[in-house]
Order: sequence, then C-alpha cells, then structure tokens
Amino acid sequence: MGGEVMTGAEMVIRAFQDQGVDTLFGYPGGAVLPIYDALYHQDSLKHVLVRHEQGAVHAAEGYARSSGKVGCVLVTSGPGATNIITGLTDALLDSIPLVCITGQVPTHLIGTDAFQECDTVGITRHCTKHNYLVKSIADLPRILHEAFYVASNGRPGPVVIDLPKDVQFASGVYERPSRNGHKTYKPAFKGDAAQIKAAVELMAGARRPILYTGGGVINAGPHASTLLRELAAETGFPVTSTLMGLGAFPASDENFLGMLGMHGTYEANLAMHECDVMVCIGARFDDRITGRLDAFSPFSKKIHIDIDASSINKVVKVDVGIVGDCGAVLEDMLAAWKALPTRPDPERFDAWMAKIRTWKARDCLAYWPSGTIIKPQYAVQRLYEACRNLEQKTGRETYVTTEVGQHQMWAAQYFKFDEPNRWMTSGGLGTMGYGLPAAIGTQLAHPDGLVIDIAGEASILMNIQEMSTAVQYRLPIKIFILNNEYMGMVRQWQELLHGSRYSQSYSESLPDFVKLAEAYGAKGIRCDKPSDLDAAIQEMLDYDGPVIFDCIVDKKENCFPMIPSGKAHNEMILSDYLGETGAEIGDIISEEGKMLV
Amino acid sequence: MRDIEELKLGQAMNAMNTHYPDAVRVEPINRHTLAVIVDNEPGVLARISGLFSGRGYNIESLTVSETEVARHISRITIVTTGTDAVIQQIKAQLDRLVPVHRVVDLTLQGQSLERELCLVKVAGTGEHRTESLTLAAAFGAKTLDATLNSFVFEVTGTTEEIDRFIGLMTVIGLVEISRTGIAAMGRGSEAM
Repeated sequence: MGGEVMTGAEMVIRAFQDQGVDTLFGYPGGAVLPIYDALYHQDSLKHVLVRHEQGAVHAAEGYARSSGKVGCVLVTSGPGATNIITGLTDALLDSIPLVCITGQVPTHLIGTDAFQECDTVGITRHCTKHNYLVKSIADLPRILHEAFYVASNGRPGPVVIDLPKDVQFASGVYERPSRNGHKTYKPAFKGDAAQIKAAVELMAGARRPILYTGGGVINAGPHASTLLRELAAETGFPVTSTLMGLGAFPASDENFLGMLGMHGTYEANLAMHECDVMVCIGARFDDRITGRLDAFSPFSKKIHIDIDASSINKVVKVDVGIVGDCGAVLEDMLAAWKALPTRPDPERFDAWMAKIRTWKARDCLAYWPSGTIIKPQYAVQRLYEACRNLEQKTGRETYVTTEVGQHQMWAAQYFKFDEPNRWMTSGGLGTMGYGLPAAIGTQLAHPDGLVIDIAGEASILMNIQEMSTAVQYRLPIKIFILNNEYMGMVRQWQELLHGSRYSQSYSESLPDFVKLAEAYGAKGIRCDKPSDLDAAIQEMLDYDGPVIFDCIVDKKENCFPMIPSGKAHNEMILSDYLGETGAEIGDIISEEGKMLV
Repeated sequence: MRDIEELKLGQAMNAMNTHYPDAVRVEPINRHTLAVIVDNEPGVLARISGLFSGRGYNIESLTVSETEVARHISRITIVTTGTDAVIQQIKAQLDRLVPVHRVVDLTLQGQSLERELCLVKVAGTGEHRTESLTLAAAFGAKTLDATLNSFVFEVTGTTEEIDRFIGLMTVIGLVEISRTGIAAMGRGSEAM
C-alpha cells in the first residue's frame, strides 16, 4: 500500500478518520487555521465548536467516558493550549483517553516568545500521559496513530500533539501504519497466572470478603462489568464501588453496598473496615477512599488488580498484586474460581452477610424530610425516579454528569446506576465546571439518550458559556441545579472545622437562572416547593431542548455519612436524623466519644 | 509554658484540619542505583527529572548519554534514596513513562560497579604544590594541566574515593571541582 501525498493539516483529519473518530471538540485560532481549513473540505468528521477550550476537553472526556472511545480535541497555540490544562489534568487523574492537537507557532519561531507561543510540551508534560512536539512532517503520520494507541492502551490518559503551523502546511507522504503499537510502550494486558491463583485461593478461604471496584472496570469495557457481575454472583461476595466505578455493578443488586469512602455508605465503609479479604478491582486506594491510612481495613488480606503497576503498593501495601486489564484478569479469575477442586461453601460467610444487613438496616442515607422546603437528597431521588420511569417506559437511557461538591455526592448516593458508562463525574481532580461540557460530549455520543448534569449553582457558573454550545448543536441536555446559594461542600467544611465562619463561600449576586437559560435560547424552570417538584421535573424531561432547572433547596443541608479528615472508616459521622449526633458537628470532630464506631 | 500549650493545640488543630491523611511513618532509607534505558527523544530527560521533582523523590546523581547512536537509545544512571516502598514506586513510575524501554535496579542485582570522573583544580605554591602531586599519585589521578601555581587533576573512582580526594585537596588549595555523576554496570558476563 503506497502512501498518499498531503499536507500536515490534511494528515490530522485523515488520521482521525482512519481511527474512526466522528466528533472533534475545538476552538480555532491562528496556529491551527490550516487544520480548520482541512476540516472545511470534508463531512465525515463533525467539529463541535465550544466556547472555551476547557469546555472542549471536558466535552471530549464526557464523550470518551460515556462511549469508551478516544475523545478528540483541537485548539490553538498559547492561550488555547494553556486553557486545556485543567481538562488534561482531570483526564490524567481519572484515566480518560484523549488525543489533543494543539497548534504551535512555526518551528523557526519556537523559543522566541512569538505571538501566542507557549512551551506546550513543557507545560503539559506533567498533566498528560505522553506528549509530542512534531518538528518534521515525516514523523506526523506515525505520531498521530501512536497517540491513539498510547491514549487508549494500558492505563488510559490524555495525549497532546503540539503541531507547529509550518508542519501543518508542509507536504508529506501519509500512510496508515500497518499495525497499532509503540516501540517502547507495551503495557501488560493479561495478569500473572500464579498471582491470580494466589488471589483465588485467598478468596476461597475468605470469611468476611468484599469486592472493592473502581473506574478501571469501566475503562476495561462493558464486558469487564459483565464479568464483575458474574464473579460477584459466583462467589456471593458483596460489592462496593468508588465514585468512579459506579454502574459497573448494578446499584439495584442486593449485594451492592453503595459507594465507599468519605461520603460512602455506613455499610460499605464498615464492611471495608472489618473484612478479612478485600479484592480491589481497578481502584487505587485514593485518600478519599482510605481515610486514615494506618487504620485502613486493618484485618484484611488485600488483592489488587490494576493495569498500572505503579498503583500497586503505592499507598496501601497489598498481599497479592495483579498487573493487568480488569476484564482480562476477571476472566482468568473466574476461570480459576470455577476450577477450584472444591467449591467454597457460600454459607461460610453467612454471619458476615447478616452483619452487613444490620449495617444496611441503619439506612444511613435517611434525612429529615420536609414538606415546605426541597431537600437536595429528595430532589435527586425524585429526579432518579422520573428518569427511571422514563427509561422503563420508553427505553431512553439516562446519563448523568455532575459538577463538583455536595450535589455531586448526593447524586452519587441517591441516583442509582445499573449500567457502566452512564455516570460521568470528575473524581480525581474534583473539577468544578466539568459537568456541563461533559454533558455536551455525552449527548453527542448518545444523541437519543437523556443527559442530565446534576449541578450546583456555584460550579455551573464555571463553564456556563457552554450553554451556547448546547443550544447551537440542539443538544437537549438538562442542567439540574441544586441551588443552595452556597459553595455547599466548602460551607460544610467551614461548619465542621472552622467554627461556621463561612469565609467567601456564599454565592453572592447569583444570576436569575431562568432568565439566563432564556438568554441563551434554552428553557428555564424554577422550583422551590416539594409539592411542585415532580411536575417541574416532568416538564424538564418533556421539553425537547436544553433546560436549566433551578431547584431551590435547603441551604443548610450537609452531606452525610461523612468520614471526617484523618479518621478511619469506623469513625463516620451520620446524619442527625439517625439520632446519634444531635450536637453541632463542630463538636463531634473534637470529641471522639461521640464518634460512631 | 502557655506558648507551648498553644503551640501543641495549634499543631493538633492543624493535624485535624487537613483534608489529607497523615504522612506514612518513617522507615529505613536506602540508596539505590538505577539504570534506565530510554529512547533518546527530545524532552526525555525532562520527563524523568520532572517525575522526580513532581513526586518528591530524591536524585543524588543523574548521568545521561546516548549509548546506542544508531538506535537513538540513551542510558540514564540515577542514584536515588528512599524507603523500599518509595524505591519500588520510583521504578514503577519510571517504567510507565512512554519512552522508557526498561528500568534495572543495579543495587538489587548485587555488587555493581560504580565510577565517577572528577576534574579538580588546585592552586598553591611550595609545600602545598608538592603535596598535591604526591596525593594525586596516591589516588591514581592524572595531571591534565599544570602551571607554576596550579594543577588540574583527573581522578576516577567511586563516589567515596572522590569525596576523599576532594577532602584532601580542600586542605591544600582546592579552587574548582567538576564531577560527572555515576556511571554504573553489573558484574559478570550478563548484559542487563
């Protein structure tokens, strides 16, 4: 197969087409004009014009996370490149595969502080999985395809290709490499058989087992979620999930304990604390998960499956570490489990399951109901019910994105996900402003899906300009703002740790969100009465177009359960609704006697 | 006394107010020499040094040069210190960098050979001058440059030998030092 002569700009488009890319998020500028010109001459690749480059990256993340494909971004040099840094870091921490093309000043001007020049590869080296500065047209075809390989293989992550303008204009021979791969980067895929055998033996002897699953299961593809369900069914082990892993295991399954960690459920955290065998599948013992490290799951043997060898033994020392793709390892693990000489008797952990049921019976997500004011938890519950009814009636799938803060945790706690790739949230970096652009990307990947951004009134303003994008592309996303007029999680921490001195956490001078929606050409709905909520949500779902729903909720509500900073899993604070903690929470943190054990 | 109480209280508050778990407890710190084989592409050294600074690891010595010109492969020798867990992390983190072919822990491999080269400029006259020549001969140093009141010596050896040589020369009249950092290799017929 002979190559074809074309310009660098045309190569970018062609390589994207050859990689099966259908959607590209970007914003034009001087240093990428040749690529935009090449885009103009074709139809198969859809370019989505965002309103800020950060939005382009989050949109690509939403697209990637909800579809399992690589998200693609095109931005210009200088400010275009610096504006994507937050998005790249977000994708790096949450392991989202992205390929971002940044324009660069012509090669002969690099290093001269030229107009809109910045050291893009230098700046992005720390927030990408890998990056390239292409100085010769001869290298471009290989690098373009290599970038997709690196972004999506091993632990996924963002890759930046910095492309000087003269290379975009230069002519060269384009040929698609005969096979995808990389000279030095060859991540492990299958896990070590001996380690898997050791893990299965530990699991077979477990009396208080738990599966602790994370985003790695989702990144490994839908078949990994299927295998996880099969493993849970075969073994009978209860399952808890990180924020990133929600949906890999059905929330409606009776063996699901809910999310674990700082705002995880009582049953999940206590089960993590008291288990004797923990199987960590595609999660990374983040500090929001472990709480106080020296008191983390003190009685357990730990098995850790991760595609990234550096995640194993990074913060928590494990007994069996298996480097490999979650899907591949789960498959081998299931086979090894089924091949055990004697089937472990599931009754051996009956007592454990009974204990978990008593923890579950505490109903840790219960809250004070109200007939006059909308409780944020209630709002998420009603939204979930409405979406579930819609899905049952019409088969329309629901996808949820979030911003960052209390609303994010309530969404994770009260919205139940039964399928993977339905939940897009910024976990590792905690990026306010993620949800709206991510919803745009998700809606583009799933044109028939119902895409909801559960937001806070503070977060949403961080990338509100993307409303314009949603309206331009007729994306019927629904922005459901839990408006408590506070940066709620900041306020909660200030209440807890800083004597309720709410320094700068009040959302002053908020816009009228209904008018704001209308100004963008979208629909605005406001609701402040519990009795009106269901009808208002229905109105939002029935509207065929983007909606901003301003849900006025209880300003003082806090997010529980909560593991206070520096505390262990068995030192959770629960909602005062449960009658344990009637005092100010500021007192609780200083009086260990009031801690729940 | 009251100040101390307040300080303690302050520390306790700080410990409580942080969002993050406490640092892990102190474990013995060891010195390891790592050989890292990389593609000699632009920015590869920045990736490696950035990894060390970004994740808070120590670099005691870092030596780099292209070793296979035709294949554009460089060998980077890094001397680092850390607990066993940290050293394991460093190796795993290095290994996952895209242009890294492989990482070999020469310290774990057993007695590896480690040498560095050092240029030492000494200035002085009379007794100091003759004494510096005697010491240089004792260390097997070569004299690269001589003037009426100075010498430049080239000395090769382990880090400790060079430290000793420099220590002695400091007394005599050391004016300048240039060291290469460590080049290392395992013993025996096996290649890494």
